[in-house]
Amino acid sequence: MDTDQLIRTLAADNAHRAPRVGAVLTMALLVAAPLSILIFATFLGVRPDVMSAMHNPFFDMKFAVTLSLAIPAIIVSLHLSRPEALMRGWGWLLLLPVGLLAVAIGGEMMMAPAMPMTMRLVGKNSRVCLAAIPAMGLPLLAGALFGLRHGAPSRPALAGALAGMLSAGLAATLYASHCTDDSPLFVATWYTLATALVTAIGALVGSKVLRY
Amino acid sequence: MRGREDEWTGLMRSAMAGDDVAYHRLLKAITPVLRAAARRGLARAGQPPDQAEDIVQDILLAVHLKRHTWDSEAPFAPWLFAIARNKLIDALRRRGRRIFVNIDDFAETLPGEAPQETASASEVAAQLNTLPQRQRDVLQSIAVDSASIKDTAAKFSMSEGAVRVALHRGLAALTARLRDR
Repeated sequence: MDTDQLIRTLAADNAHRAPRVGAVLTMALLVAAPLSILIFATFLGVRPDVMSAMHNPFFDMKFAVTLSLAIPAIIVSLHLSRPEALMRGWGWLLLLPVGLLAVAIGGEMMMAPAMPMTMRLVGKNSRVCLAAIPAMGLPLLAGALFGLRHGAPSRPALAGALAGMLSAGLAATLYASHCTDDSPLFVATWYTLATALVTAIGALVGSKVLRY
Repeated sequence: MRGREDEWTGLMRSAMAGDDVAYHRLLKAITPVLRAAARRGLARAGQPPDQAEDIVQDILLAVHLKRHTWDSEAPFAPWLFAIARNKLIDALRRRGRRIFVNIDDFAETLPGEAPQETASASEVAAQLNTLPQRQRDVLQSIAVDSASIKDTAAKFSMSEGAVRVALHRGLAALTARLRDR
């Protein structure tokens, strides 16, 4: 086929209108979410003392941290789905959860400790945390990668890493309502490890499936 | 340069608003620029320029299938060149691994002969043959026989809607095969 023929064919297909990447990503995440919620409902569930826990600012802080990871990661991943997009000027958004955690850790340090620091850090749920966030994150990651395939990222591994971050952030939001460890030290350690794992998987798979 | 790129942006806006003629003009206008860039890239990588047209067609298909990622408030050229760069790097990487041996062979058997200049491309045509019958028929009718969507629908006793679907799916499948080959 010579190039003039190809151009004529492409012009004939101009009427075809594809949805925006944001719309496809939203749909894909909505399709994947019930799977993650099913895993949550089957194996974890909301902690029994949730009503009193809500009065604990460190419990609420966990949601602020996980959502401040998930929402900026969604925004940056959509930005990166445009081929000419640069990370410059956007990376600071991903530091939001880090800043929040630093403030929370500082706040906890200033209070009279209810438990020794090592106990707060290790907690009671570190293993569950390391398993649950990736397990609930993987269906969301599959959805996120499917949605982002609709875009045209120039750096597929980076876009995949962001898909991992947003999935881990959403999964961690679910998990935070189950976990009885509310110390920011626990969150900074185990949530971060679990997020890093999902992010690495996202980058690896993204580098293959997000090429266009 | 500025004027040319502003013109592209204007054409692309019209194209996205449904103006097929503007879209055709835009694709015609960017092709020589893409071709020159592809040749430069190949030359710099020490590869024969006769593959430039395959790269140009790769870029055009990507532009077509990813045009919804273009923000109509933004200039068109940076978006286009980002896609072109991406496709050129892909092509050089893919060919770099496979073809260097062939170039050596070529140099030994035909010493001193300049690489052939040609505007034909073989890869899209080759992948076309692997498509399902209906998609191939529709693509061939529109591309090779220059038939309109209406005429193509009449020729294969299909509805125009079905022709449009087959056309778009065929182009998407072609692109997927070129990427994953």
